[in-house]
Amino acid sequence: MRKEVPLIITFLAGTFFIADYFIPHTGFSNIAAMVNGWAIIVIAASYILGVLNILRINYGRVAKREKDWILKLILVVCMFFMLGAGIFGGITEGTLFDWFFVNTFTPMQATMFALLAFFIASAAFRAFRVRTVQAALLAITAVLVMIGRVPIGESIWKDFPSFTEWIMNVPQLAGKRAILIGAALGAIATGLKVITGLERTYMGQD
Amino acid sequence: MQKFFEFISQLDRRIIFIFVALAIILPLIFPLNIKFTVTEPVRGFYDAIEKVPNGSKVLFACDFEPGSLPELYPMTYAALEQMLKKDLKIIALSLWPAGPPLAEKALTDMAQNEFKKTYGVDYVNLGFKEGREVVMVSMGSSIPNTFPQDYRGTKVSQIPIMQGVNNFKDVKLIVNISAGYPGTKEWVQQVQARYNIGLVSGCTAVSAPEYYPYYQSKQLLGLLGGMKGAAEYEILVNRIGLGRRGMDAQSMAHVIIFLFIVLGNLAYLSLKKKGT
Repeated sequence: MRKEVPLIITFLAGTFFIADYFIPHTGFSNIAAMVNGWAIIVIAASYILGVLNILRINYGRVAKREKDWILKLILVVCMFFMLGAGIFGGITEGTLFDWFFVNTFTPMQATMFALLAFFIASAAFRAFRVRTVQAALLAITAVLVMIGRVPIGESIWKDFPSFTEWIMNVPQLAGKRAILIGAALGAIATGLKVITGLERTYMGQD
Repeated sequence: MQKFFEFISQLDRRIIFIFVALAIILPLIFPLNIKFTVTEPVRGFYDAIEKVPNGSKVLFACDFEPGSLPELYPMTYAALEQMLKKDLKIIALSLWPAGPPLAEKALTDMAQNEFKKTYGVDYVNLGFKEGREVVMVSMGSSIPNTFPQDYRGTKVSQIPIMQGVNNFKDVKLIVNISAGYPGTKEWVQQVQARYNIGLVSGCTAVSAPEYYPYYQSKQLLGLLGGMKGAAEYEILVNRIGLGRRGMDAQSMAHVIIFLFIVLGNLAYLSLKKKGT
């Protein structure tokens, strides 16, 4: 029964939601809406597991004074501080939570993202070497799109943006669409295998 | 020359960093005002909003976090400007945990301060709901059940703008600003295809190529790709915002990267020829 019950639940849930997509019946949709509500609650509950997991991982390291234990302590303290600020003070504009969000989280995350510009520049310098014909094609296309998609490209050649759009709309799109269709077919096949019980790795088995 | 190429081939990345920093900072201090025109996907975004009858309700999905702020905030503000000029009623939400405060700030700046609109009557921020695609599908059944309260904790049933809004049939368009997953791709797959509702997307430059198939198939009526998309859109909205101001810096940064790629390859080919 330890195998059969999850398989039956998976089969029923899978077929139900596929049917819901194609059956525009109010009664059916209402049941689907109710089950979706359950799903949202289950997903939200996973946040509690996430918090417990952070505590479990970091508590031991702090207690044993392992390397960088002070950073892990700061992580846990900050987590509870923000949790408390949000729960007791609210999260809207003007609250303590919002102040910390705007003045710490926002600039820190924006800074991390901004650093990408520097690393991409360095990586492009080293990676775009024309070692083979394929590498040369990649490098040339990348450079054309890179220049054509900023205003200076249009200053160099007025049709540069149109040319770049053509690259995006024809060769790029052909490749991307092929990948999308392939991935979608793969997802359908995997979904059907899970629903019919042929694919059972989600139960922790091979 | 040989020595120069050897120097280039072993170039310290910190030198590249300095050049990139200068290429970004200098044009921000001394603008070049390079002219540019509007591309088709951006015009599609603008036209789709223009076609919505004045005073209609639109869904504004702000699916991004502070990391994408510099790239996505300019188009968020420009989209708000166009929608507010048309007196569209904006129902904002986010499927990213850190999205609601950013949407709130943009709404306060534009709707409340610039256009003197009233919260709850002309616009609302429903906040964040965990569940990703499940939330989208759930909204198809009932938006009030999916978001029983707004970001400020007010019951949705007590908010005037939400009266008569039950599901996607009650909004005229979805405007999505997307930094990744969940975002535009999921809105297309779970909502546009299923409920046949108009959808436009503003996204990061790196994810724009992924959405071109949806734009060509008309599942997306318009597409803003990165800061350049935002800058083009600002021309249409007649707004001088962060997008247009950032274009010179982005142009120069791209030129610097281009020059380094060319130099790197010249050095590589030269040294390869000499068998070094």
